[in-house]
Amino acid sequence: MSDTAYTSFSQADPGQKTADGDKVYTVNGGDWDTVLPPAEGERDRLVVNMGPQHPSTHGVLRMIIELEGETVLSNRSAIGYLHTGIEKNMEFRTWTQGVTFVTRMDYVAGLQNEFGYVLAVEKLLGIEDQIPERAQVLRVMVAELTRVSSHLVALATGGMELGALTGMTQGFRDREKILDLLEGITGLRMNNNWMRPGGVSTDLPEGFEKQIAETVKETRARAKDTTNLLVDNAIWMGRTQGISYLDLAGCMALGITGPILRATGLPWDLRKEQPYSGYENYEFEVPTQTTCDAYGRFLIRVAEIGESLNIVEQCLDRLQPGPHMIEDKKIGWPAQLVVGPDGQGNSLGHIQEIMGTSMEALIHHFKLVTEGFRVPAGQVYVATEHAKGEFGVQITSDGGTRPYRIHVREPSFNNLQAIGAMTEGGMLSDVVAGVASIDPVMGGVDR
Amino acid sequence: MADKTSTSEESPQDSTNAVVVPTSADSPVQFDDGAEVATDRVVESRRGSFGVHGSPDVSGYGGLVVNVALPQGTERPYGSWFDDIADQLIDVLGEKDYNDTVEQVVIYRDQMTIWVKREKLVEFFQTMRDDPVLRFEAAMGVSGVHWPNDKGRELHAVYQLRSYTHNRLVCVEVACPDEDPHIPSGTGVYPGLDWHERETYDFFGIIFDGHPHLTRIQMPDDWPGHPQRKDYPLGGIPVEYKGATTPPPNDRRAYS
Repeated sequence: MSDTAYTSFSQADPGQKTADGDKVYTVNGGDWDTVLPPAEGERDRLVVNMGPQHPSTHGVLRMIIELEGETVLSNRSAIGYLHTGIEKNMEFRTWTQGVTFVTRMDYVAGLQNEFGYVLAVEKLLGIEDQIPERAQVLRVMVAELTRVSSHLVALATGGMELGALTGMTQGFRDREKILDLLEGITGLRMNNNWMRPGGVSTDLPEGFEKQIAETVKETRARAKDTTNLLVDNAIWMGRTQGISYLDLAGCMALGITGPILRATGLPWDLRKEQPYSGYENYEFEVPTQTTCDAYGRFLIRVAEIGESLNIVEQCLDRLQPGPHMIEDKKIGWPAQLVVGPDGQGNSLGHIQEIMGTSMEALIHHFKLVTEGFRVPAGQVYVATEHAKGEFGVQITSDGGTRPYRIHVREPSFNNLQAIGAMTEGGMLSDVVAGVASIDPVMGGVDR
Repeated sequence: MADKTSTSEESPQDSTNAVVVPTSADSPVQFDDGAEVATDRVVESRRGSFGVHGSPDVSGYGGLVVNVALPQGTERPYGSWFDDIADQLIDVLGEKDYNDTVEQVVIYRDQMTIWVKREKLVEFFQTMRDDPVLRFEAAMGVSGVHWPNDKGRELHAVYQLRSYTHNRLVCVEVACPDEDPHIPSGTGVYPGLDWHERETYDFFGIIFDGHPHLTRIQMPDDWPGHPQRKDYPLGGIPVEYKGATTPPPNDRRAYS
């Protein structure tokens, strides 16, 4: 670079006139005041782009923060960096294939996304009463294991973002144990694609209940260690107490649900209020706090980990032998999937039947897998209690084998709206605590 | 509202061998308990299958006509607490205003959807939120549905309102024509609709009048078109494997 080119950067740009008579300035950072001095009576304002590539924004979230000193004057989020057109893509796949798309929305709690989606499809089909008991219990069990793993990630990444790195390493260690269970059940750690409209794709492996019970016990003890690092930690409390305040009126106005709403003292949990999949049969508490702050949300997640582990144990007691897929052959997936050494696949017995003994079974398999089943024309909205809040699935069918339109009301997407209300007027460093307390997963926000 | 059209008779290129697949368009939807719940309205009529159009058609499906009929216009009594909502709305708004506001009520799969005329939407939201008997404190969101062949009502916006006080949920549906894609913004009553309306604008091009900053939210600012509309293709590239080519999902044969 020549000297002249270098020095020209620091010189005031006189501005170039365009054909329309407007002036165009070229500023290169550090020389804004040569073009535009601060307004009368105002101190310097600084606009900071926080993210989308930033270690403490909880993913590819970009916040445009206007600062005066270290005080946040305004905070606007820009999202969409992880938009992959999942809803549009689902319009071009069968109802069954949709599961593999929704599981990638909020990928930290994929099985809970699947749960909401299959319940919505079943409601539009009108087959809620025909789902076998065992499938319902299995769904509740993995959904609660997923809630534990999602909350552990929330604590771990939240801890990391505020500088509590041991919370991060321990939280991810505990979560891995849960993911081991999910891998054993579904064949995959994440992006499980395990539930199906009508039931679940695979049953538990032989004798797996014992491993689940052991891991639940172990996780309960270990999670206590992890959370004890933070619960009474003076630094952690200093960083989160009274930070990113949002009261009940604010939550209702902004449609906020999940731990943020429960931290205002309202024990709103769809598992209790409008039970689905047999949640009315389980004993569990809905933890609340009245502090409306980041610390309260943290305590609620801690308490919910314990409650969810209790539900998993009750599921193990309730599990009775039986089918895990709906009887109706027009909807139930024909294959018996098994988890083999190379992941999930058709069972050998099923392959033998369709390829060797029954042509009708082969035709049936082919039709159901390639064409799929039809869902009556209409529209339903089904809401479930996701780890982050209300997970609503609105599906519209034209009576075909593929969804006409799917819209997912993602709790992270909605809750992230509150970041401005929570952080404006506070310090820049508290923005990090605020985002961590919302716990948005950008895969879900952007879909 | 109930413009039931048997499209097989009007179809211009109709041939004598047209086969109309019986849908429930002319008969009320029957539920398991035999209760008459809703009648249907045809929003779209499709011909052929597997992407077969015109001649030479050797598939045998060219004359197939499939009507897409959605449940519409439930008659009273609605059952459950749905009647309470309607009664209270009539009480608060008055019979005349109620009829000016509510186009119809659809009860389907144990859910209540109230169709509201767009010019009355904000007043309707205000009543739903503030009346102590209704008390729908929060809007859970809004999303769009595009029915390109539902003439004059191509774009639909579907809202969900939730009442914590009464533990209820209703859907609200508003339609607007493609030529005039305007719906008043609900953000004044329910600020939480902010991002949801931006997303619906981004994906469908519905303009929510009165929204404080209706900009794109998921797609880049300079993106052309509104991707969730039915006239916007999915795109994609063909996949090649061992010499055979699989077309992108957009161009594959469809069964419906």
